[in-house]
Amino acid sequence: MTFRARHLLGIEPLAPEEIRTVLDLADRYVELNRRTVKHADALEGMTQINMFFEASTRTQASFELAGKRLGADVMNMAVAQSSVKKGETLIDTALTLNAMHPDLLVVRHPNSGAVNLLAEKVNCAVLNAGDGRHEHPTQALLDALTIRRAKGRIHRLTVAICGDIAHSRVARSNLILLGKMENRVRLIGPPTLMPPGVAEFGCEVFDDMSEGLKGADVVMMLRLQKERMDGGFIPSEREYYHRFGLDAEKLAHAAPDAIVMHPGPMNRGVEIDGTLADDINRSVIQEQVEMGVAVRMAAMDLLARNLRAERGRALTGGADV
Amino acid sequence: MTGGTVLANARLIDPEAQAETIGSVLIDDDGQIVAAGAAPVPEGAAVLDCGGLCLAPGIVDWGVKIGEPGERHRESFRTAGLAAAAGGVTTIVARPDTDPAIDSPEVLEFVTRRARESSPVRIRHMAALTKGRAGREMTEIGFLLDAGAVAFSDVFRVVEETKVLARALTYARSLGALVVGHPQDPGLSRGAAVTAGKFASLRGLPHVSPLAERIGFDRDMGLAEMTGARYHADQVTVARTLPALVRAKANGLDVTAGVSIHHLTLNEFDVGDYRTFFKLTPPLRCEEDRMAMVRAVADGLIDVISSFHTPADEESKRLPFEEAAPGAVGLETILPAAMRLYHAGDLTLPQLFRALALNPARRLGLSQGRLAPGAPADLVLFDPDAPFVLDRFALNSKSKNTPFDGARMQGRVRATFVAGRQVHGAPLPEGPVTVTA
Repeated sequence: MTFRARHLLGIEPLAPEEIRTVLDLADRYVELNRRTVKHADALEGMTQINMFFEASTRTQASFELAGKRLGADVMNMAVAQSSVKKGETLIDTALTLNAMHPDLLVVRHPNSGAVNLLAEKVNCAVLNAGDGRHEHPTQALLDALTIRRAKGRIHRLTVAICGDIAHSRVARSNLILLGKMENRVRLIGPPTLMPPGVAEFGCEVFDDMSEGLKGADVVMMLRLQKERMDGGFIPSEREYYHRFGLDAEKLAHAAPDAIVMHPGPMNRGVEIDGTLADDINRSVIQEQVEMGVAVRMAAMDLLARNLRAERGRALTGGADV
Repeated sequence: MTGGTVLANARLIDPEAQAETIGSVLIDDDGQIVAAGAAPVPEGAAVLDCGGLCLAPGIVDWGVKIGEPGERHRESFRTAGLAAAAGGVTTIVARPDTDPAIDSPEVLEFVTRRARESSPVRIRHMAALTKGRAGREMTEIGFLLDAGAVAFSDVFRVVEETKVLARALTYARSLGALVVGHPQDPGLSRGAAVTAGKFASLRGLPHVSPLAERIGFDRDMGLAEMTGARYHADQVTVARTLPALVRAKANGLDVTAGVSIHHLTLNEFDVGDYRTFFKLTPPLRCEEDRMAMVRAVADGLIDVISSFHTPADEESKRLPFEEAAPGAVGLETILPAAMRLYHAGDLTLPQLFRALALNPARRLGLSQGRLAPGAPADLVLFDPDAPFVLDRFALNSKSKNTPFDGARMQGRVRATFVAGRQVHGAPLPEGPVTVTA
């Protein structure tokens, strides 16, 4: 088992074997979570602070539950965005929090790189719960776990990621993870929602669903933010649904056993047909939510082990003096 | 002293002749160069030994931000002057993007006096092209010229209204005033923090296409052709702007262009893990663009290299990348950074000093930048090979936002002279009385 990271800031710094380690441990936590008594003691006595500079219900709840099931003292900090400028709050809040000796800090922030900046200022392990358009590592890990459980493997699969790639940290983390695990990644979306230079990441880019989905084993749909629908990036919601919304007809181009994923929350009738989203034979959207808790438990457990080892070394060092 | 001073035994870098020779420079008591090369030493002259180091015209750094008025906590005329002296910059051409902007003769007179009182090197001033740099009404270009403005610029704020810019250019032309533009399409670049491409996508940062520069440049060239004005593009940083620059010069437009030393020595990947000291205006470009700019300086297509010294305090840089202030200090690092290009074999020393001293002085109507009789003895003596590791806290600038912190560099300034007077470095040893060429 290998997991050396001190923080989980993104998928980019992780080695494939570290990703496998998280998934293997998460598999065990899935079993635990299905029992009636769901307690483990991996984070017993530790303090976990969830700091969300951007509104989130699902991710925050998932992290909170994961921490509580592992025995941590979990605190949710509602960070007001209005009063002070965001950046100033960030450093000040980081220093304030650090003085409270948390062990795990879960952070979501609207600016790319903000979580990295914060990690430099604190002594605890930091988990990125989404920073701007940069990364959302636990989402990619839970997607990988979902795929591995549905398909039996997380390599040599053809995965199509569809929709607003440009503004999506979920797409970015998934793209990096799937690449590291040697999958074939296709990006499908209108060119206005495709980040420049993305073809250099070693994926194929399509602006036509029927072509891009051809033979795909996994179809990942992304949420289209309301503020992008106003004619700035796409002409209208209905034209977007017509060309890029996933329905049974478009899905027919994918492999017959292809699974459908969505990070939620869904816009039914915009990026995905409501009936399809609820089709338990194709959609694994509910499983994704379940895997989310398990993956976050695994990630926090591994980071806590490294933290203990580090502090243990520090203590031993101190005793020698 | 009556017979003047001789700086002897130097490797002379002559950007005008594009030549390097071993020789000496004779300076009279008025601080002017009397002779350069193998001139005989006159009776009674003090001879100083340069020890075979390089002696070049002092750098004319065009586009330096000084925090006076308004932001003295970031940089003052005194600290900028000390930094310049330490960096071999003998003339600072200051930017008008202060608070308030230098947009009236009264403000210009104030900063001119402040600069004269506190800086060991020369400071000349650009004035704003439009009042408050708001892009609506032109400034009093005539009065400002009389008060000593060397050029007119709204700096990084593009005058969006073409009619305003056309009129300002037309009016400036009638007075022979030089207008400095920032070639950039403001709509495309609004909110951008990095150049579009693989790196921007990987880091998830708001980005601008490199072509936004070409689009802005094309517009400005159209207006330069329409008005016949003297125009200087502050920074050309993208390969795809170059053909337009070639065309403009070939068509006889009175156009020159500059580039920052940072865009010649760094690329977009240097931002790395959201390092805000590498956030610049315009953002760092890809390696191909960097190499194209270096070649353009070698060819003389790009005329000027400057530091675009932009002091920013720690508070404004310790923010998420998108929100951090852009800009880097450069007065003290422009020479060692330029030496990277020399040691890489990309540019010769005469080519470098053509862009660092001769061309900017010429374009701004200053007599500096030459190693010739009659020119002011503004000189830099430097060792191009001396290695060192840069420590940002050792800089003279009040602000320490350099992208070269911890970098291994080569090239140290040994002495800086302004009007024949040494303003930086330990006194040079007295040399032999007879000087051999």
